Amino acid sequence: MNAPAPAVKKLRVATTSLAGCFGCHMSFLDIDERIIPLLDLIEFDRSPLTDIKHCGPCDLGIIEGGLCNAENVHVLREFRKNCKFLVAMGACAINGGLPAQRNHLDLRDVLEEVYQTEAGLSHGGIPNDPELPLPLNQVHPIHEVVKIDYFLPGCPPPADAIWKLLTDLLAGRTPSLGHGLMHYD
Amino acid sequence: MSDNRIIDAVLERHGRDGTRLVQILREIQEQLNWLSPATLTHIAEGIGWPRAQVSGTAAFYSFFHTRPRGRYCVLWSDNITDRMLGNTDLMDAMCKKLWLEPGRVSEDGLVSVNTTSCTGMCDQGPALLVNYRAVTGMTLQRVDEMAELIRTETPVADWPAEWFAVQDNVRRAEILLAGNFAPGSALRAAHERAEVDGLSASNNRSFRESLPHGIAGPMAMLDEIQRSKLRGRGGAGFSTRFKWEACRNAPLRADQERIVVCNADEGEPGTFKDRVLLTSYADLVFEGMTVAAYAVGATRGFLYLRGEYRYLLEPLEAVLARRRAAGLLGKSILDIPGARFDIEIHLGAGAYVCGEESALIESLEGKPGRPRVRPPFPVTNGYLDQPTIVNNVETFASAALVALHGGDWFAAIGTKQSTGTKILSVSGDVARPGIYEYAYGVTVRQVLADCGATDTLAVQISGPSGMCLAEDEFDRKIAFEDVPTAGAFMVFNTRRDMFEVARNFSHFFAHESCGFCTPCRVGTTLVRNIMDKIANKHGSPYDINELFKLHRLMQGASHCGLGNTACNPVFDTLNKFRPAYEHRLLSLDYEPAFDLDAALSEARQMTGRDDAGAHFAAHSPDEAKA
Amino acid sequence: MNETNTFLLDGEEIPFTPGQSIIQAATEHGIYIPHLCWHPEFKAHGSCKICTVKVNGRFGSSCTMAAQAGMNVENRTSELDDKRRTLLQMYFVEGNHFCPSCEKSGNCSLQATAYELKMVSPHFDMFYPDRAVDASHPDILLDFNRCIMCSLCVTASREVDGKNVFSMGGRGLLGRRIHISSESGKLADTDFALTDRAASICPVGVILPKRKGFAVPIGERKYDKLPINLQVSEETP
Repeated sequence: MNAPAPAVKKLRVATTSLAGCFGCHMSFLDIDERIIPLLDLIEFDRSPLTDIKHCGPCDLGIIEGGLCNAENVHVLREFRKNCKFLVAMGACAINGGLPAQRNHLDLRDVLEEVYQTEAGLSHGGIPNDPELPLPLNQVHPIHEVVKIDYFLPGCPPPADAIWKLLTDLLAGRTPSLGHGLMHYD
Repeated sequence: MSDNRIIDAVLERHGRDGTRLVQILREIQEQLNWLSPATLTHIAEGIGWPRAQVSGTAAFYSFFHTRPRGRYCVLWSDNITDRMLGNTDLMDAMCKKLWLEPGRVSEDGLVSVNTTSCTGMCDQGPALLVNYRAVTGMTLQRVDEMAELIRTETPVADWPAEWFAVQDNVRRAEILLAGNFAPGSALRAAHERAEVDGLSASNNRSFRESLPHGIAGPMAMLDEIQRSKLRGRGGAGFSTRFKWEACRNAPLRADQERIVVCNADEGEPGTFKDRVLLTSYADLVFEGMTVAAYAVGATRGFLYLRGEYRYLLEPLEAVLARRRAAGLLGKSILDIPGARFDIEIHLGAGAYVCGEESALIESLEGKPGRPRVRPPFPVTNGYLDQPTIVNNVETFASAALVALHGGDWFAAIGTKQSTGTKILSVSGDVARPGIYEYAYGVTVRQVLADCGATDTLAVQISGPSGMCLAEDEFDRKIAFEDVPTAGAFMVFNTRRDMFEVARNFSHFFAHESCGFCTPCRVGTTLVRNIMDKIANKHGSPYDINELFKLHRLMQGASHCGLGNTACNPVFDTLNKFRPAYEHRLLSLDYEPAFDLDAALSEARQMTGRDDAGAHFAAHSPDEAKA
Repeated sequence: MNETNTFLLDGEEIPFTPGQSIIQAATEHGIYIPHLCWHPEFKAHGSCKICTVKVNGRFGSSCTMAAQAGMNVENRTSELDDKRRTLLQMYFVEGNHFCPSCEKSGNCSLQATAYELKMVSPHFDMFYPDRAVDASHPDILLDFNRCIMCSLCVTASREVDGKNVFSMGGRGLLGRRIHISSESGKLADTDFALTDRAASICPVGVILPKRKGFAVPIGERKYDKLPINLQVSEETP
């Protein structure tokens, strides 16, 4: 049997930004020219970088942002269903981050204030189009809804930390961030 | 009288002494109904303490109100035994009658209805406190009548007296509950024994503070305690002799005295034997304290009585007054010149952790009941840094009998390592709940037979922090060397759900954690939340693993026994009644921490939407409308 | 020094002076035992339990346990660091610790300790408590969202400043909090001053001087330069 050796199978990666600011994705792009050798090792499925709308079977899912509405939950669950392992990337995915600052307010008060009482904003009442995802009572980090395998803290995580995590995962090492790469701000 | 006049009168009565702050706060609240910011400022100025310390103490105790409370404050005892007797439905009915939400004061400031930790009436529940007076045996009819009396603002003093009746329910008596104790007899016996039997005076470091009769008497008493092999009845079973001797031998600085404290902060849910001892056997207890004072050379005593037993304050004061008049307390006890010892009663204010001896001492000093860092131990550095022994009510009662009958007599009762008798507070699924006294070594099965328990599934011994025994362990013995107990004996039959028992206890610990150390402060709440998640059928095996992990952390890292034992009921029931947890699990997968669909409720309400997109599909069809 | 006064700390022989706690002796010899509520200037508080060690096989707080000759102390074992990480995660879920918006970030003991113990997530479900901010004082901001209840401000105000501005009161997860010595509960109504020791003692971002936020650029802050385990010192900030 002399079948040709199969080409090294690329790691299939999906990424998304839920209740986040895309800052983590920007930081991802800050790995700069390292993205070129990286693309020899991974291929992107659903991602803001590819504009694919739904994620298929993947090895790795990278989630930026927390959960502030129903759509965030649906996307997260789709990722969990399709990805062998999930990474929570950045402060919002890990602890709710900036969007969670609304958690000490009652959502009803927020909606009322924004859409009904605040001058200049109160046109048309609270949107109720079925196309729009409903906001959750509170913002939640993603580990409260699905199991998360790895966490990458930072706001955003530095490009070097993202690089370290990816290269660790590709090499089959348990990811570990040393001093300087691990930070929460 | 103006508020400040009332406050000043209380302050004067306590000599403007900040260490009496807990008593000051209680007495002022009894008159002013709540502790307003201005009241707290006035108290702080009056005792010369920082205001933050006064407000910090007031905020610590559940029974102190730093916000206006209802003129009628109803607190339903919420131990599992009250639950089993139907308190939840009764409380709901009361709230409906009064148009109230639990925990909220009615808009007219008339009434609030809420729950509180076990009030120690488990053999005659469902129980409640109304304006901190104990009520037993609640029924739907009583709920109706009570709601009517509240609506018509009838003073609590005019309510039917039988509602406030508390029964002793003594079902089995041995030496302690025999009821034939003659006040003064133990003291006389101790004193008389001295002249013929003064031993081991050589290890007595300081005898000046002992009774002028000399060192022989106290040392002889300590010898009797040693022979009796008496161990503490609060559950831990520490040798009474070691404790007393350490206190006796602790050096005294000038202006210091030795202190005897009786721990009657009987807060362990399911325990009520101290209530009975203090109701009908108070002389035995006070005499035991006086014997202890004699043995260790103490001149000042405290009875720290839990706030739930406020109704016992006046009767106990009367017993103390009678004993003073009889020469059994005061300046020259038994007419021995200079033999002085007296007892004052401090009331707690709804804090289980004050049952821990160093927390209790903090409370006696007017502070939040936070367990101290140990060492140093109270025997050397206790109340106001003075040598102090803290013993359980039942320990003192037993010590009185040791003084009266001698150590050998006492040691002949019970087992080799557990001498004497143990009073059990039996409640739950039994025909005859109440107080049972046994010589140590009795089997659980024997107790169950005596109290008329049938189809027993489990017994929770020594309260939530104790052990949960299943059927195959009923031949185990009540004794320090096998099943140690502070006295609670709660019985559950096969129709009960041990998961709900453990969940009730997890709520108890989360409520009672003092909050000092991280593992207990946060851990007790995490455990409670996971138990609620499982109860709401959102749990998975992951959550069960989390419970084990929290148990391991809290058991080793907590500051005091509360945190160390808080996971015991969960751990025991997980091991012995695991199916009760497992049949509640939603799936074997990881499950969200919260109800996803409910998390859209506010947005649904505000948008008026109810379409499919406004809901999360339930996890599995058969759970859809559970 | 009596040469028999030594104990083993992770296998290393540590001399101590009788009366010293384990953490005091370790600190004197430049060895890091993770901790939050302990401060070399003050008597041990013993509440955070981060400094939990294993002494002859039993758990204990190294800040309250006296060093004793011959004891065998385990410190940086994976078992203990796992427990410490869980305790840190408890802090991170019980308060509102949003480092990106905190002036103390980079100089914060809680954060630096969490880095050292490789805490990558809060693990538990967040509590998101409702806690107060007190901006009443002209020079000082109090943000209790970040309070870890170490009581260092209470002790410093009482023992160094002689003022008793703070007290730790209340009970349990929801009740326990810093009380301020004024009827309004506001810091402005006390004699607290920027020059107080208590104003600079907070290990996290609760007590902050106003108009001084983010003064040191990222990269140059205390724990940007060196991790906390390499900054063991008896000198105090």
